[in-house]
Amino acid sequence: MVIPWELLVIQLLNGVIIGMILALVASGLTLIFGIMDVVNFAHGELYMLGAYMGTTVMLTTGNFWLALGGSALTIAALGAVVQVTALRPLLGRDPLTTILATFGISLVLQNYALWQYGPVARKIDEPFTGQFALFHLQFPWYRVVIALLSAAIILALWLFMKYGKYGIWIRATTQDRVMAAAMGIPVPLVYTMVFAIGSAMAAASGVLYAPLVGINHAMGLDVILRAFIVVVVGGMGNLAGSVLAAIFISLLEALASLWVSPAQAVIVSFIVLILTLLIRPTGLFVPTPK
Amino acid sequence: MSGSRNLTFWTGFAVVVAALAVAPPLLPPFWERFVTEILIWGLLAMSSDILIGYTGMVSFGHSAFLGLGMYGTAAALLLLPPNLWLAMSFGLVGAAAVAIFVAYFATRLRDIYFAITTLVFSQIFYVIIFTWTEVTGGENGLTFRQPPLSIPFLFETRFSRETLHWFVLAVVVLSYLVLRRVTQSPFGKVLQAIRENEPRTRAIGYHVERYKMVAVMLSGLFAGLAGSLYAIQNKFVAPDFVFFLISGEVVIFNVMGGMGTLVGPVAGAAFFWLMREAFSRFLTEYYLIPVGLIFTAMVIFLPQGLLGFLRRRLNE
Repeated sequence: MVIPWELLVIQLLNGVIIGMILALVASGLTLIFGIMDVVNFAHGELYMLGAYMGTTVMLTTGNFWLALGGSALTIAALGAVVQVTALRPLLGRDPLTTILATFGISLVLQNYALWQYGPVARKIDEPFTGQFALFHLQFPWYRVVIALLSAAIILALWLFMKYGKYGIWIRATTQDRVMAAAMGIPVPLVYTMVFAIGSAMAAASGVLYAPLVGINHAMGLDVILRAFIVVVVGGMGNLAGSVLAAIFISLLEALASLWVSPAQAVIVSFIVLILTLLIRPTGLFVPTPK
Repeated sequence: MSGSRNLTFWTGFAVVVAALAVAPPLLPPFWERFVTEILIWGLLAMSSDILIGYTGMVSFGHSAFLGLGMYGTAAALLLLPPNLWLAMSFGLVGAAAVAIFVAYFATRLRDIYFAITTLVFSQIFYVIIFTWTEVTGGENGLTFRQPPLSIPFLFETRFSRETLHWFVLAVVVLSYLVLRRVTQSPFGKVLQAIRENEPRTRAIGYHVERYKMVAVMLSGLFAGLAGSLYAIQNKFVAPDFVFFLISGEVVIFNVMGGMGTLVGPVAGAAFFWLMREAFSRFLTEYYLIPVGLIFTAMVIFLPQGLLGFLRRRLNE
């Protein structure tokens, strides 16, 4: 089968855009893992609730950007509550117990969304509908904007971690929890803050992505799987690696869906994960330690 | 191991098995079916306990073994003459095929990496089964006829509700005895040593990889057996059973009932399904909200599970 090259370019562009959204979800996940050693199974649910929260704010205010900000703040608060109630007591136990606890929370959140918002899929309208001509089809500007916006949020996180006072607190806590506490850094608060930031990023990606796909209570399941894959392929806890891995995997999936159905294209990313774990289990995009 | 404790254990065992055997005719049909189903889920939970509780490898992919056991049985019943034992052995072959792959990965990965890989692995099978509509029936699954209960050269008769229950009970009890024997054998002790301290076990000179592979194969086979029983009981298979939420439920059974006890996960399965029944009376499909909360609370406050306090006794 011959694939026209225009179609190839369009798919590559789509792959990068979806990759950036995925990178935004995955960087929240990898942040939480890298700093707290918590594998957050509920991350997909935070993403899903973020999208729903976006629809709620959208209904009352009618402004997409308010919805984005409001949803991120609400889910950050929810994340903080989850961390304090469920994860703080698990501090110091096996990381595997955090998978179990967050899995329980994901069941609760997912069914809460089903109960609260019902089984009918919802949609958020695009904030602007401008399009530009790309070969034979009209490509919406909004798609390009979400990719750029995701990149901006990730960049902001990186700058915050590198130069912000609280970012330095966070990095100090990662390096040595006991020493950081001895220097006067409120370690439990730092953990809550990190979880809240990760949650806010998940919520933001949920709102940004919602205009492209419908919102339903099960959307988190699909995302959490892909985010796990990205985080492992990129190297657990490695921010830049996650971004690269997200784009890499989304590109592969976009290309694969030229030949097979999108449902089957997912297998490509599964295979990438398995190969990564067999060949380079520390992550594909991690520099080799000297 | 003192004699009187041993006696207590076997008395308890006999009482529970006898209660499960005489229960069905006394219960209304719905609850009779319910008990049979719990036994099957209990077998699945027991099989994963070999990995989670005894070897310390949390598998989030047991739905793949279960599912392949189901679809293997379904294939035999659809394509071959209806024979119970043939159908079950097909289910076991299906599960074993998956288990070989997972066993290979088990030797290279540990902790969360093993958990995530098994999860992703089971999703591969889910996607294949879900999208390969011509062979697997896709989303709708497959329906088939129940094979007759038969003992070769002796008799052959249709399953009634009671005989099906007794058959399932017999398989589950036998599996329990086998698994119990395995966990108490020197092999089982090595698995527990790996759970407690893998580098030290290796240093003593045990070939840890080989032990892990066998543990995964064993666990996968018994999970496949559970899938096979489920398919025979319900005359129906569907991709939903391969989805990773089922694997998550299996982990829940283990945590709730008490890991590393074999009996605990069965109790956990019963507890989970009873809660599900109770809550869905007034919460319909939202029963997972309270169940999820209870599960999370148990992870935090009762990590030993319901039967964890019996752990030492059950393993003696």
